[in-house]
Amino acid sequence: MNALLKVDKLVTAFGRGDDALRVVDGISFHVAAGETYALLGESGCGKSMTALSLMRLLPDGGHIASGSVQLDGLDVLVLPEFDMRGVRGGGMAMIFQEPMLALNPVIKVGTQIAEALELHQHLTGEATWDAACALLNSVGVPDAERRLDSYPFELSGGLRQRVMIAMALAGKPKLLIADEPTTALDVTIQAQVLEVLRKLRTEQQMGMLLITHDLGVVAENADRVGVMYAGELVEEGARDAFFAAPKHPYSRMLFEALPRPGDGGRLTTIPGQVPGFDDKLQGCRFAPRCPHTIARCQSESPDWQELNGQRVRCHLAAELPVRIERELTAHAKSTQSEEPLLQVEGLKVHFPVRRGFFQRTVGHVRAVDDVSLSIQAGRTLALVGESGCGKTTVGKALLRLIEPTAGTVSLGGEIIHANNAATLRRRAQMVFQDPFSSLNPRMRVADILLEGMDALGVGAAKDRREVMTQLLRQVGLPEDAGGRYPHAFSGGQRQRIAIARALAVSPQLVICDEPTSALDVSVQAQILNLLKDLQDSLGLAYLFITHNLAVVDYLAHDVAVMYLGRIVEQGAAADVLSSPRHPYTQALVSAVPRIEPQTGQHIIRLEGDQPSPLNPPQGCHFHPRCSHAIEVCRQTFPDPTLLENGHWVRCHWVVAQS
Amino acid sequence: MNTAWLNFDPVLLWTDALILTLLAGVLVLVWFIRRHEHLRAPWRSVAQRPMAMGSALVLSVFVIIGLLDSLHYREKLPDSLADAPHYSVDVLSVFDAMVGDLRTQQEKTYSEPLAMQLYAKEFVQRDGVAVREYPRLKFGGSHLRHASERVPDITRRSLIGLAQGLAVSLLLFGLLAAWQARRTQNSFGEWFMLWGEGRLDWPGRTVAVIVTLLLMMGGLLIHLAAAYHVFGTDKVGQDVLYISLKSIRTGLVIGTLTTLVTLPLAIGLGIAAGYFRGWIDDVIQYVYTVLNSIPGVLLIAAAVLIVQVYVESNPDLFDTAARRADIRLLALCLIMGVTSWTGLARLLRGESLKLRTLDYVEAARAFGVSHTRIISRHIFPNVFHLVLIAIVLDFSGLVLAEAVLSYVGVGVDPSMHSWGNMINGSRLELAREPVVWWQLGAAFTFMFTLVLAANLFADGVRDAFDPRQGGRQ
Repeated sequence: MNALLKVDKLVTAFGRGDDALRVVDGISFHVAAGETYALLGESGCGKSMTALSLMRLLPDGGHIASGSVQLDGLDVLVLPEFDMRGVRGGGMAMIFQEPMLALNPVIKVGTQIAEALELHQHLTGEATWDAACALLNSVGVPDAERRLDSYPFELSGGLRQRVMIAMALAGKPKLLIADEPTTALDVTIQAQVLEVLRKLRTEQQMGMLLITHDLGVVAENADRVGVMYAGELVEEGARDAFFAAPKHPYSRMLFEALPRPGDGGRLTTIPGQVPGFDDKLQGCRFAPRCPHTIARCQSESPDWQELNGQRVRCHLAAELPVRIERELTAHAKSTQSEEPLLQVEGLKVHFPVRRGFFQRTVGHVRAVDDVSLSIQAGRTLALVGESGCGKTTVGKALLRLIEPTAGTVSLGGEIIHANNAATLRRRAQMVFQDPFSSLNPRMRVADILLEGMDALGVGAAKDRREVMTQLLRQVGLPEDAGGRYPHAFSGGQRQRIAIARALAVSPQLVICDEPTSALDVSVQAQILNLLKDLQDSLGLAYLFITHNLAVVDYLAHDVAVMYLGRIVEQGAAADVLSSPRHPYTQALVSAVPRIEPQTGQHIIRLEGDQPSPLNPPQGCHFHPRCSHAIEVCRQTFPDPTLLENGHWVRCHWVVAQS
Repeated sequence: MNTAWLNFDPVLLWTDALILTLLAGVLVLVWFIRRHEHLRAPWRSVAQRPMAMGSALVLSVFVIIGLLDSLHYREKLPDSLADAPHYSVDVLSVFDAMVGDLRTQQEKTYSEPLAMQLYAKEFVQRDGVAVREYPRLKFGGSHLRHASERVPDITRRSLIGLAQGLAVSLLLFGLLAAWQARRTQNSFGEWFMLWGEGRLDWPGRTVAVIVTLLLMMGGLLIHLAAAYHVFGTDKVGQDVLYISLKSIRTGLVIGTLTTLVTLPLAIGLGIAAGYFRGWIDDVIQYVYTVLNSIPGVLLIAAAVLIVQVYVESNPDLFDTAARRADIRLLALCLIMGVTSWTGLARLLRGESLKLRTLDYVEAARAFGVSHTRIISRHIFPNVFHLVLIAIVLDFSGLVLAEAVLSYVGVGVDPSMHSWGNMINGSRLELAREPVVWWQLGAAFTFMFTLVLAANLFADGVRDAFDPRQGGRQ
């Protein structure tokens, strides 16, 4: 096959001389026309730097030290900057991760696409506009004519990303570089965008370089896979072969760290973290984290070797034991006590919308609208939904970080109101999503942990230091961690600190707001294991707020699915995820990219986006996107229908079926 | 306190007291910063920037002169009794004592820099005949017998001064090298090599060059000022160099004490507005919008006039001219502080608005931590760098503002030495022919040096504290 893009021993470095940090260190690969090549790796492995090197758009201080990049036989690295501008967009185009940052917020979408068209296709006037409209149509933007006239902020995340793709296609590129194109999007939207990309690739015979950390996305989209680690490519092979039998220990451990449906055992974790580029790199770069290390790995960097069509850089590749599928044990369900720890009835959070000079209330954003939940001690309830459905607001309203508009919350049999908030704060705590913004950078870890105990007067003052050391041990941090500042820790360690902070006041309920979504797969596994251990040893109840269904499957006993401020389906995790009844849950479950070979199950595509909670649709909130919607759905909001095992669903269609 | 045994009476002016408090405050802050790694790190990076260190040295010369000029006293009159001493009405400072004759060597009127004659012709009795000519100065160049000796004498004194400055700096450098070499356990030669190649962990070459230049300049001035008026004399014959040096304190007081008034207002109101939002935010925003829309000069003029009337109607409270001028300076600082807090407050409000939504503040609220503690432990430390940058940047603006206000006539007391008053005084003389330029020139040079040094230092501080500039040097 004739290679469209050929990268040979590319080295990208920051700084010069001996101190240079080689963020991309001698990687070689090729992409054929019409083929998708996936670069897979954790953050900090140099994936994005590779893409930027290809485009010659490196940030200040970075430069390409050696190697060659050939696009269709043209050596990109020796081109003068003037010609390079034609290659960018025309030869290869790039889609960025964050569509809001990549579109200019003050220029209309149409004008931005037209700009690219004028530059690369030399179109003018009406023709440009028509071409732009055609492009938006081709990426599946509904009502393209009207969208051309809107500003980026008027579009939802999924539409913005499609506009980005349309812009990238304006120059009819031969190669499309997609840098984490769906990481910032919800699963249902991710499925839409990925499908657009797949369709375009086949239609236009483009080569595609897909950069991602998500094994599921790779499994569904790539033809060939390259695994990057610490600036080097460590394994390369065809998708099917790679997913059947990954050869490099790093790839294997990535697979094993991934929570899988029906999986109840401990996740394999990769100890440590990706080395920084300023560390001394000698021998195999994965050696410090590898369970199979031998003396040779420490001193000698392994060379490529070929194994049944897969190429791998590991001294032991041929000798490694055959990968054993992790045993899929059922959940070791903890004993179920009948008395609920947390009982929420009719929780509502409405934010008033004020307009005009006198700040009159003109409407309400119904962020949370009549939510009822209950959690028993020692169990985990997962609250699942796409961004903007109000799941985080539920968590914050339970802790009274946001004052609820209506509803009762009772914790351990005691109804919580404004006057006994201190009881609540001692019994329920929260772990936040982003470990980088949830720890005050100006406070030492010890002070962070002691803050809650001081404020709530937990334990005697003289014992608190000791409690703190014990907490650090409990979450697996070194004992001297207390004296250091948060910036000295990695993301995973910071999340451990955040968990320790919540545990400091010995709560019975911990609300976890997407605690692993900002972390890499291998680190996510560490945190999930930790949460599970803590639940077993302390009998904690978790309200686990997440959009990641794989994590739900692994950790939760019960699931509640939220759509636009309301719970639409609830039940035991196994029941809901294996046989979802609500059309929304079905779409959500089917949209998750899976690494197992597909078994005839097709993805249920959801049209459009979640409507605004300011003005929710009449009747069932989901009906505009639902393929089963009937007349009654447009008029009345369905009542809960009880199925077996406490599994209930709010859907007219389900009622009609049974 | 019985001070009868002293032959002077210490005088503590209001501004002196505040300056000493400020100095103590800065020392406490330095001690505090040294104990906190995250505060120390940016300062260490400031210390590694050649430009910042160079300007800090120049600034420190100004600060030392200003501090020496803030230790005031009154001399005992020679004919007073031992048990009931009488003191002079002149309030002097340690700085006055150090410069010695510079203060008292007063000519009749204008004279050019380094001149030996007055700038205006007068009738002079010579051999019994009244001749109209440029009379000789009483002090400037009075040791010269003939005009032709002037230039060689100035050259000789300059060279001696420069050579002495150089010698002292070499001596200091030698001592420093010996100490540093011993501390780092290098040989003298090795340390010297490191220094020469600029591979020390502090900007050794810049510091050495600036110190040498400052010392040479000092030597030059000392030797020339002993026999000449280096910057000439003003209308009443006072040495312009002396006035310029005395003006340093005025500039520094305005620049620092005003910030002292600004900070509590800006920090308190800015953070409160951003953190509490709601009606508190509305009220505070309303206050500073109103304050911003009143012309600052108007408020300042009114406040200064009120103080002046108060001083004149209570003469017993202010026994010396120095006290009267001082209270007016203090009033000026206060009113400038009250009018200039809005900018920083707005900045802090915006930053607090952002910080209050961050997860760590939410986490603290989840523990039921009180508002005061959240503000003092979570919000304030995270806006502290903004405060620091604002202080250093505002400083130079305030020094310049004083000059403008004194020029307009609502600034410091006319009897107080300040660059604004110098410019005001030379304003009319600029129109005369030949022009009297040196007063303006001296004020300009001093102000320019101070403000430039302050701005360069502020740049260094901002770069070090700005997280976006992170590692860049």
